[in-house]
Amino acid sequence: MSALSRKLLRETWRMRGQALAIGVVIAGGVSTLIMALASLDSLTLTRDAFYRDYRFAAVFASLKRAPEPLRESVERIPGVQRVETRVVAGVNLDIPDFEDPATGVLVSLPDGRNAELNRLFLREGRLPEPGRDQEVVASQSFADAHGFHPGDGLAAIIHGRRQRLEIVGVALSPEYIYQIKPGDIFPDYARHGIFWMNRTQLANAYDMDGAFNDLVLSLTRDARTQDVIERLDLLLEPYGGLGALAREDQLSDRYLSAELEQLQGMAKLLPGIFLGVAAFLLNVVLTRLIGTQRDQIAILKAFGYTNLQVGWHYVQWVLLIVLLGLLLGTAAGIWLAQQMAELYRDFFHFPYLEFRIASRVVGIAVLVTLAAGLLGTLTALWRAVRLPPAEAMRPEPPALYRPILIERLGLERFFSQPVRMILRNLERQPLRAGLSILGIAMGCGILMVGRFQEGALDYLIQVQYGLAQRDDLSLTFVEPTSRRAVQELAALPGVDWVEPTRSIAVRLRHAHASYRTAIQGLPPDGRLRRVLDDRLRVLEIPPEGLLISEYLAEILRVRPGDRLEVDFLEGCRDRREIAVVGVVSEWTGVSAYMDLEALDRLAGEGEAISGALIDLAPGAREAVVARLKEAPRVAGVTDRLRAIQSFTDSMVEIVLSFAFVASLLAGSIAFGVVYNNARIALTERARDLATLRVLGFGLGEIAFILLGEILVLTLLAIPVGFAIGTLLIVAIVEGVSSDLYRFPLVIEPSVYAFSALVILVSTALSGVMVARRLTRLDLVAVLKTRE
Amino acid sequence: MPSESASSVFVVRGLAKTYVMGEVSVPALQDVDLDLYSGELVVLLGPSGSGKSTLLNILGGLDRASAGEVVCDGWNLTRAGDRELTAFRREVVGFVFQFYNLIPSLTARENVAIVTEIAADPMAPHEALDLVGLGGRLDHFPAQLSGGEQQRVAIARAIAKRPRVLLCDEPTGALDSSTGVIVLQVLERINRELGTTTAVITHNAGIAAMADRVVQMSDGRIQSIRENGSRLAPSELSW
Repeated sequence: MSALSRKLLRETWRMRGQALAIGVVIAGGVSTLIMALASLDSLTLTRDAFYRDYRFAAVFASLKRAPEPLRESVERIPGVQRVETRVVAGVNLDIPDFEDPATGVLVSLPDGRNAELNRLFLREGRLPEPGRDQEVVASQSFADAHGFHPGDGLAAIIHGRRQRLEIVGVALSPEYIYQIKPGDIFPDYARHGIFWMNRTQLANAYDMDGAFNDLVLSLTRDARTQDVIERLDLLLEPYGGLGALAREDQLSDRYLSAELEQLQGMAKLLPGIFLGVAAFLLNVVLTRLIGTQRDQIAILKAFGYTNLQVGWHYVQWVLLIVLLGLLLGTAAGIWLAQQMAELYRDFFHFPYLEFRIASRVVGIAVLVTLAAGLLGTLTALWRAVRLPPAEAMRPEPPALYRPILIERLGLERFFSQPVRMILRNLERQPLRAGLSILGIAMGCGILMVGRFQEGALDYLIQVQYGLAQRDDLSLTFVEPTSRRAVQELAALPGVDWVEPTRSIAVRLRHAHASYRTAIQGLPPDGRLRRVLDDRLRVLEIPPEGLLISEYLAEILRVRPGDRLEVDFLEGCRDRREIAVVGVVSEWTGVSAYMDLEALDRLAGEGEAISGALIDLAPGAREAVVARLKEAPRVAGVTDRLRAIQSFTDSMVEIVLSFAFVASLLAGSIAFGVVYNNARIALTERARDLATLRVLGFGLGEIAFILLGEILVLTLLAIPVGFAIGTLLIVAIVEGVSSDLYRFPLVIEPSVYAFSALVILVSTALSGVMVARRLTRLDLVAVLKTRE
Repeated sequence: MPSESASSVFVVRGLAKTYVMGEVSVPALQDVDLDLYSGELVVLLGPSGSGKSTLLNILGGLDRASAGEVVCDGWNLTRAGDRELTAFRREVVGFVFQFYNLIPSLTARENVAIVTEIAADPMAPHEALDLVGLGGRLDHFPAQLSGGEQQRVAIARAIAKRPRVLLCDEPTGALDSSTGVIVLQVLERINRELGTTTAVITHNAGIAAMADRVVQMSDGRIQSIRENGSRLAPSELSW
């Protein structure tokens, strides 16, 4: 090994604390980059493979009822490759030993066969045999939630008749990778399941013999999806078609895509922050290193080392630390990616996981990291290269100090000499001080992002279920029902209060924008379902006109006062016009609200309700749920509170572990910046500090001078970090907001407190580590060394 | 003592060096004519600020002249670019500095090796260290060596590549007299045994007696050049 390489290794070893601190920050960037890219890869690969192998459909349509021969007309639409007609129905479930209300969706399978499109992946058991009217295949998430296996049974209320279902298989479907009940915020596997059964039996139960109410298509390669959808809608309209959806509008696929987009965002944001901070740290440390090695650089050059060789020597130093970070980060990144991919597999219910770390991913990580390391140190390296040998032989000129702002303002008498030293040091190197503040602030910002989710979720649940949705139970009827049902429900023992609701599927249009949703009709004096404005004030339901959610207002580009066209997709199927009278603030879905009776008038169908909200007397829950499960006209009952509870229970772990990892990473940034700053301050000022010790200053006093500067930096960094964190959170909130859900931009005080605390603790830790070195300050030796 | 047949290693004519500091020009060297002959030991004497370090830096290719000509063994240093000066330093000169300038993270042997690794025909590091009497301290780090020993490592480092010229800037400036004598003995021995042309800068007139010739400088000019009839051994010098 050459002497120069030995010098490199020994000096890096001597600076191992600093090198490790920087290496860990680099590792943070590398690992988050690899984790995001690799899980993005495996998730995309897995999804594509599952979609392809199990023939995920390209177009989805549901309708009221159409005769089976219509299928042939659908097949004749240009671009259609394969058509599968189905019967799909929502049911109420009665699960043994499970008192909460639960709903399910029954999907038909060709008798005794797997589906042609959206084929099932059987985890366990088998498909229903032809002619067996009780046999079903259950979705895996539901089966897992209840510990169901083939041979277990439950009951369903099918078209008003209680029927026993026997689970013969457990399966996954590309159609329900993300299994969520439409309109829900969170998936709830225990209370919502998908079941597949023979077409003949399901059709019999729903009076769909020789007919269908759901349709999925695959398309030829050159087909234009939009054209097919237009023709299909035209064809299905007389049969109560609700408008066909392209694959990218299908619920499960949309959630999956949203997740992939978030990963993509993460692949850019977090590594960018980490590597930026690492580049800055490398620059500061290398600049200092080159400053203290001026005479060594001179010697090397005096003996004939070329500028390039000297430059390369310091480049190698950078490479060594980058390599350390790459090794740590790649190992951690691969491990994290694996954990993440497994989490995704279970969360999204893939049958298998195509996990691989493409060499491209590691290659990208290596290149990005190298670029950051070298770009960050370019100026320092250039100085080493350009340093003329004769000049390098002279000691570094003494640092230039000048009176600082407060002294120029004549305020110096308020500050002690040590405080003035601290302030002068900061003012002398404003760029370094500024970047240090920025680095620590980045750590603080990442911490805020890590903690934000938990508080925002709490807030969302509080608003949604504390202020807006206050019912104990909500139920939907099999079909629009007379208002008498309200009185019947109110008469049930244990029911305190009942409010009717009506929901009609519509397409809303304004200029060129249109959006498919449902208008919810609510009673004007309702207290169980309320709509809120952006300041969480309860809005009165106006007697005429439409209230729409903020997000919908953005999609349709309308403001209160504008008029919308409404295409009713159910009932009258007419086109009407209505004025927008207000905007509602909501975190989930995209809804429109109006007065129940006004909706009846607009739809022109007389009084009808499609659901009801129930307020229960204390302790009456189980009896009422049991009665409702048996009620023939009730299609589904939802117990909001229970569902939320189960979700938050399961989310706590994920949110906490995310916050933990984020805190660890952010803490390492803060620690890296503070520790390196302190170490450099120590080498720069060891002589001054030793002189002060000789003059009679105590250890505490010189520690104050050294660490006071760092404390000032940290204290300045915290508010900057709050601003950065807020910006990051705004970016994230905007990034994830979609018509599926939005995140409230609410940052709880605890988020600020926690972030500041972690930063202060990291500062204190590194301060203590550096302060320990002060006790080892050799007064005599330091004074003897030449400057 | 240079014989008549001794050839010039360095030929310096009309050399000037001016430092420009803002609006002021400070002349550091003016009108310097000087020849250094093969194998001789020259002492450059003068108070601080007399220009001797500037001259040495230019001779060694560490710095460039503002005017005049410096030729060494066919290398025209006044017209050389950065790359050529680097090659010149690598192949022709060895330096010894007042503060040794050893690399603290390398042992004595490695401090020598760092130069032999890039030289064309070097001696082995331990051989060079033997020459300066440090064969027994090969694996000591600079911090484990006395000042005199560190300077001898620096000399070993300078001679290990068998340079044509050895340039020493105040080599005993940081040492007490008895240690300084040991260092000068090493320099004298190298000059005698290897025939390396040696220039030693000092402000200490006592050292002049060990030289073949003494160049007296002040205010950036050469005041006089004196030939010593006979060289004194370093141990006979009086400080």
